[in-house]
Amino acid sequence: MNSAVLVFPGSNREGDVARALTRITGFSPAMVWHADTELPHGTDLVVLPGGFAYGDYLRCGAIAARAPIMNAVLHHAAKGGLVLGICNGFQILCEAGLLPGVLMRNAQLKFMCHDVFLRVERSDTAFTRRYNAGDVLRVPVAHGEGNYIADSETISRLEGEGRVLFRYTSPEGKLDEAYNFNGATNAIAGILSEKLNVLGLMPHPENHIDAAIGPTDGRGLFESVKAALAA
Amino acid sequence: MKARITVTLKSGVLDPQGKAIEGALRSLGIEGVASVRQGKVFDIELASKDKKAAESELKNACEKLLANTVIENYRVEVIG
Repeated sequence: MNSAVLVFPGSNREGDVARALTRITGFSPAMVWHADTELPHGTDLVVLPGGFAYGDYLRCGAIAARAPIMNAVLHHAAKGGLVLGICNGFQILCEAGLLPGVLMRNAQLKFMCHDVFLRVERSDTAFTRRYNAGDVLRVPVAHGEGNYIADSETISRLEGEGRVLFRYTSPEGKLDEAYNFNGATNAIAGILSEKLNVLGLMPHPENHIDAAIGPTDGRGLFESVKAALAA
Repeated sequence: MKARITVTLKSGVLDPQGKAIEGALRSLGIEGVASVRQGKVFDIELASKDKKAAESELKNACEKLLANTVIENYRVEVIG
């Protein structure tokens, strides 16, 4: 399994996601600098990590989305290759047009950093095949701009096509505004592209993979990708 | 030549920052503020002397980078 983790100036979770990939899939990813124009030959999965690429200047993800490496990522996605954007990576994928919508300022105007509960909406995707639909995962978030919005037509299309993969819920998996901490439309935490090969999500599954430091609910995502690529 | 690009949030898009500013203005006792929306201004110096070409290139810049047209409108003014 060949993964590539993109590194932009201001990325800061690339080490976390590289560690998760190495420990869970058994293969170390290539770290690819934003100014490169090509992904390593045979790349199966591209990961855009969390952080503050380009200092969040202009809009979160806006400048990173136009970095030289992004043409190669667009090409990889168009061929059906897997792309995973976490947190700032999700913002970059939206700005790049690989996913619809925008991550706006959190409704409370605060940077939120704590564990949340995520309901897995479907298990028949490359990213969730090791979970069951309805599973509730405990994973951390750390963002100031995670309030997902899109026009109502886009939201209905995402919902109708089953492209909402994760939602913020209560620990029991119930939709509850009290747990939709950033105000996201329909409590959306993660969405898929039309062909289901591109996933963007705000929470950090890569940070809950090690029993030594807490829950391990994030492992399933990386196990899923590994299984999907081996299939 | 100089140009000014103004980027504003589309109506209907929630602007919590604008709301917070609105509240701060009220708390300062500034009267008559019905609502505040926050936007961005870009002042650009142009090498070109061709106003029409500059306008179309700046529109292109807005579409490609300066505005996110999902949530924002933009206005390009080329100032002589």
